[in-house]
Amino acid sequence: MGYNSKINNAASIAEKRLSEFFQTIAGLSLFSIDFFKNVIFPPYEFAEIKKHMDELGVKTLPIVSVTGFIIGLVLTMQSQPVMARFGAESFLPGMVALSVVRELGPVITALIFAGRVSSGIGAELGSMRVTEQIDAMEVSAINPFKFLVVTRVLACTLILPMLTIYVIFLAIIGGFLAIFLSQGINFELYVNAVVNSLQFTDIIPGIAKTFVFGYIVGIVGAYKGYYTENGTVGVGKASTSSVVIASLLILLVDMVLVKITVLLWSN
Amino acid sequence: MPFIEIKNISKSFDDFVVLDDISLNIQETENMVLFGRSGTGKSVLLKCIVRLLEPDKGEIFIEGKNVLELNLKKLNEVRKQIGFLFQSAALYDSMSVRENLEFPLIRNFNFTPAERERKVKDVLEKVSLEDSIDKRPSELSGGMKKRIGLARTIITEPKLILYDEPTTGLDPITSKEISQLIMELQKDLHTTSIIVTHDLICAKIIASRAVVLKDGKIRYEGNIEDLTSTNDPFLKDFFSDEVVDSYNGRN
Repeated sequence: MGYNSKINNAASIAEKRLSEFFQTIAGLSLFSIDFFKNVIFPPYEFAEIKKHMDELGVKTLPIVSVTGFIIGLVLTMQSQPVMARFGAESFLPGMVALSVVRELGPVITALIFAGRVSSGIGAELGSMRVTEQIDAMEVSAINPFKFLVVTRVLACTLILPMLTIYVIFLAIIGGFLAIFLSQGINFELYVNAVVNSLQFTDIIPGIAKTFVFGYIVGIVGAYKGYYTENGTVGVGKASTSSVVIASLLILLVDMVLVKITVLLWSN
Repeated sequence: MPFIEIKNISKSFDDFVVLDDISLNIQETENMVLFGRSGTGKSVLLKCIVRLLEPDKGEIFIEGKNVLELNLKKLNEVRKQIGFLFQSAALYDSMSVRENLEFPLIRNFNFTPAERERKVKDVLEKVSLEDSIDKRPSELSGGMKKRIGLARTIITEPKLILYDEPTTGLDPITSKEISQLIMELQKDLHTTSIIVTHDLICAKIIASRAVVLKDGKIRYEGNIEDLTSTNDPFLKDFFSDEVVDSYNGRN
């Protein structure tokens, strides 16, 4: 195969992928409109939302606990020599807290949540679609969108901020352990340094964006699962593509939100 | 006035015409069996009746209401009068048998918990699966799933029941039991039924009328005895002992 045909082949594959991506974004936008239409009007499925929040929270808790603690520990261990070189070791607790609160905590928790939950929602709704359970609901005069999609998306939107706060807390503890082991710092001193370094404008945008990330995780998984086709193969694809798209969107939206935060609170 | 009136329904998927200008009337309390080779649009027709699929053209009237023109709220009022038994039974995996049965009652009706409990026990008794009330669908055999699916279909006491291959995937004995059960329920509840099946034994037990679809059109309409003794080459082939035995054996 000549270079020209290879390039043409690669270009047509890239074009197809790009077109699929934009089709997904368009589909997701319409799906989101349906979500907001359904979320406003009763009946409200509070029991279902609570059930999903319990399930999603419990399911994700072990992995985010380990991750949160290790982020704080490793970040501190990596930063310590650099800070020491500039004689700025006293700023270490503040630096760890700021990094974790503003960026690392929200984004890493969201990415882990996407991997764990978006794929699960995609697979669950996908298998319900291919085994006609969603059709069975619809034909029983029950709104499957409200019962299956709205409840899961709301649960994701509400539970992710809580998980993020928990991860941030554990990361700060991990940071303390790293400094304590190397310098033997007092816990009260460490907490003071952390609290003094954080401001309202650091905490609120960091936590607020996790509502958006939670929504992305829920809506992408639900969208991919709800419109699954081609049997069990389709379920697998829905599960995998949910994680990929949700992770990509989290990073893209984070970039935009960080820019907005900087513009709003730069002074 | 017929209970269901299907007028000139057509449905295509891309270039493949599945239903081609089908018209059909079903009278109240009639049990109509729909035959045809795989892919001839039997299940598509059932799904068009409840608007799980939208036909490309035509009209479908249920008790005089054109279901294709109803808004979602009015369509759901009609759907509450319809039961649909899916080929796979479509039990909700995440719920127990009890929750599966209670689900449409809680959502669509105002029964007290005691009334719901009584209804659940009644339908489970009808399908002889009282002991399975707290089991999950994954713990049930294929025949039990079909029975629970049937119980969920009749718990709301619908006027019309649509059966999509109720005996597919079952052994001949269970298949016969399910067919007899459908017949008994029909007698008890006086429902109108449309049954999609390939199973001649099931059809002979249930059918008061049979319709055969071929190439998107109605090829035959009449009673089951005439259908199986016809000289039409396609029907003769379709209902030949060899084909029927091989189907039942495979089943």
